[in-house]
Amino acid sequence: MLNVQGLNTEYVDGNNVRVRAARDVSFDVPEGKLFTLLGPSGCGKTTTLRSIAGLERPVDGSISVNGVTVFSARDDTFVPPNRRKFGMVFQSYAIWPHMTVFRNASFPLEVGEKKYSKREIEAKVMRVLTAVGLDHVADRDATRMSGGQQQRLALARALVMEPKLLLLDEPLSNLDAKLRDKMRFELKRMQRELRITTIYVTHDQEEALALSHEIAVMKDGQIVQKAAPRAIYDLPNCKFVADFVGTTNFIDGRVRDCEGDDGNVLIESSIGVIAVANAVSCRPGDEVVISVRPENVMVHESLDGVSARNVYTGTVAAKVFLGETLDFQIRIGEQIVLARVHPSHKTPVGETIHFSIDAGSCIALASQKA
Amino acid sequence: MKAALSRSTRLDAKWLVIGGAVVIAGVLALIPLVFLFWQSFFTPQVADNPAVFTFGNYRLAYGSPETLRTLFNSLKFAFGAACVSFAIGTVLAWIIERTNTPFRKFFYAITIVPLIVPSILFTIAWIFLASPKIGVLNVALGSLFGVTKPFFDIYSMGGMIWVDGLHYSTMAFLLMSAAFRGMDPSLEESSLMSGAGIARTMWRITLRLAFPAIVSTLLILFVRALESFEVPALIGLPVKLQVFTSSIYEAIEQYPSQIGLASSYSMLLLVITSVGLYLQSRVSSGGGKYSTMSGKGFRPRVVDIGKWRYLTAGVFVVYFLLIVALPFAVLLWSSLQKYYRTPSLAALHHLSFDAYGYILHLSTLRHAVVNSLLLSFGCATAVMLLSAVICWIVIKTKLPGRWLLDNLASLPLVFPGLVLGLSFMIVSLKVDIGIYGTLWILLIAYITRFMPYGMRYTTTSMVQIHKELEESAAMSCASWSATFFRIVLPLLKPGLLAGWIYVMIVSIRELSSSILLYSPGSETVSIVIWELWQNGQYVELSALSVMLVLALLALVMLLQWIGAKFGVKANHA
Repeated sequence: MLNVQGLNTEYVDGNNVRVRAARDVSFDVPEGKLFTLLGPSGCGKTTTLRSIAGLERPVDGSISVNGVTVFSARDDTFVPPNRRKFGMVFQSYAIWPHMTVFRNASFPLEVGEKKYSKREIEAKVMRVLTAVGLDHVADRDATRMSGGQQQRLALARALVMEPKLLLLDEPLSNLDAKLRDKMRFELKRMQRELRITTIYVTHDQEEALALSHEIAVMKDGQIVQKAAPRAIYDLPNCKFVADFVGTTNFIDGRVRDCEGDDGNVLIESSIGVIAVANAVSCRPGDEVVISVRPENVMVHESLDGVSARNVYTGTVAAKVFLGETLDFQIRIGEQIVLARVHPSHKTPVGETIHFSIDAGSCIALASQKA
Repeated sequence: MKAALSRSTRLDAKWLVIGGAVVIAGVLALIPLVFLFWQSFFTPQVADNPAVFTFGNYRLAYGSPETLRTLFNSLKFAFGAACVSFAIGTVLAWIIERTNTPFRKFFYAITIVPLIVPSILFTIAWIFLASPKIGVLNVALGSLFGVTKPFFDIYSMGGMIWVDGLHYSTMAFLLMSAAFRGMDPSLEESSLMSGAGIARTMWRITLRLAFPAIVSTLLILFVRALESFEVPALIGLPVKLQVFTSSIYEAIEQYPSQIGLASSYSMLLLVITSVGLYLQSRVSSGGGKYSTMSGKGFRPRVVDIGKWRYLTAGVFVVYFLLIVALPFAVLLWSSLQKYYRTPSLAALHHLSFDAYGYILHLSTLRHAVVNSLLLSFGCATAVMLLSAVICWIVIKTKLPGRWLLDNLASLPLVFPGLVLGLSFMIVSLKVDIGIYGTLWILLIAYITRFMPYGMRYTTTSMVQIHKELEESAAMSCASWSATFFRIVLPLLKPGLLAGWIYVMIVSIRELSSSILLYSPGSETVSIVIWELWQNGQYVELSALSVMLVLALLALVMLLQWIGAKFGVKANHA
């Protein structure tokens, strides 16, 4: 549906230096799917979104929607944003303070190329306001709404002209934590119900995992991994993705055997030999880094009944109580391993503790040491 | 759609409006300057003698020791007036922003009043108060102490400095209280927490932080005083205390008019004001590291000054007397006489309303009122619309050369009103487009003159409009004009309205440009006052002044009310 090919953007910064924001960004989004661009600030995700919107003009590449080219550097095609008919929700919501809720939502119908009658506008606006739960405040001043309401109004305004494509630029980042969780569900429900193709930009990995059909993780203007949420989380393809998405332990090691028993890779590390089920690539002698999620580190008070594989012993260096979980920092030699366990574990700080790791939940990544 | 939407289809309303605004700003700013410069090298054109190229104007202007005296007088006057304004304004600003003086809010409100009173009225009122012969203060103090020698002589350099400095102390007050308000109190508090006392904190922190604001305020006041016309003309000229503005005026008023000579004086004056304003912009922009001037509002720390607060309240009462009550009282008194007398019990028996009757039946005045209203309304509207477009280009687009546009629109700031009037006079004499002696030439001059003020108001509100508010309109399929007229302009409304009110008021007060451009039929109210003064009709003049001040006050209140009603609602989240 949306096709982005070889997108490159450049801008001139304050010191007159040309900065490349997006580099060779390419992806396809099928009809009705929610596609997320995820990355830290400055990774080029917002620039990519703004290029799709037409608010920025890339220097190279092409963008087409349903086979219609809206931008192509080669034949100098650039459809201005007001002719693209995409809906967009901005990070600041950009609710016009001089209009009522209704007027904000009806604006796109009033100024667009296609003319609607008064009654049509009224019907369309009220339908979309009802969908986001703002129909009862339609006549209110837009400035007198809470953050969550403004966010929903921005969404209503973006949806009212029934766009082919919905662009969301960090729409939840200005909400407080509780509301963010609620809006996340709501956004997902609406997207799935309306089946509207959506591009979502965020730096919040939880949001990305919760909402997306597919995630592209970006770094320094490039897409480093593009996969479904589970795959991004369980099988990151590099240290950056493993680190950026979720919390993880990194344990440095060297490959001893690529074909150990049970088909696992055996890796020698500072905490001992670790059997690993997944590896990005494998050559004996390679320097690698093993990523293990803290929730996959099993803590045992004694070794009774624990199978012999991937079991290690250390001391509790620190404990952090987080309510629903308890974080143990376990020291084993020079290495600190983080384990996220049920709060019922009582081992005090300084005591010996055992932990095991399932080979299937470990992945060996290329070490990025020079 | 396909690729058919090439870029040329977008060259519609957007480029017409932008192009129009650029051309107008360029023409208004550059044409007068060019003609002024050109004229300064030509002899006056009298009857059959055509103008010829000459350096004579410059030789005449700068060859005589007189000019050196004028230069010296100008600098002395401007510096003195700037210092007087600054001292008064800073003390008042400190009292209002930083102390717990009672009735601060009320005092703040009354400091605005002098802004409304035209300079010419203020000057005339002070002549009535402190002239050596008829001055009320001199007479009163003289009879109180039994002295015949006058206490004050308004007709002196000191007198000029006092009147001009006092009148513009309000401007200093507004600039300095903005500086005090923009100062993050935690900067001072952390100095106190570091163990520095109040005096040390004032010296090492407060003063240093305020330094850019102080220098820039002084420079603005200095340039403003250099441009001052009313005080030098009414007080300086009778006793041959010449400054540049009065010399320019004299050169034009003699017969035959020495326009070339006036132009060459103007060139030096322009150079000085340009340097002053350039330095000012350097100081205030170079103050970037002084984040105190961020424009962010802080709640300044109010110091409890104990019993001293009655003294500071007293300072305000005295200030109010000097700047509002006494001048108005003396005008009111003289307006109720048949011919001018100093106040006394004897004169009390001669009260009459004849002067008011005379003024109300003065036919020129009726024209003048209509003219003034038309001009100020037209000028304010044009200025605000033009500056909205220009500001939008400068702030919101990435068009190359937009900084040039910004400078063009602010260029008229260096023109003293009199010089601007002179330039437009030359333009309309040289290029016959049939506007000389009409209201149009006045309107164009006013628009040029007040353009920079409009720019300042619009810029402040334009930078507050978040980029995404416009982008979301574009995403909603709005064309450029729909975005500009339905999003940008309404969001600018509070700023535009405030600027509109301000330009309206300064247009009504305007005298120094109009005085060279008016002709019978296109007089404004301030011109009528000027003519009454020249004719010696002091009593009638006073009657007009009293009515004008009251009318202006009413107008300002009305405008403020309209502003509060329609403008302040929008808040830029």
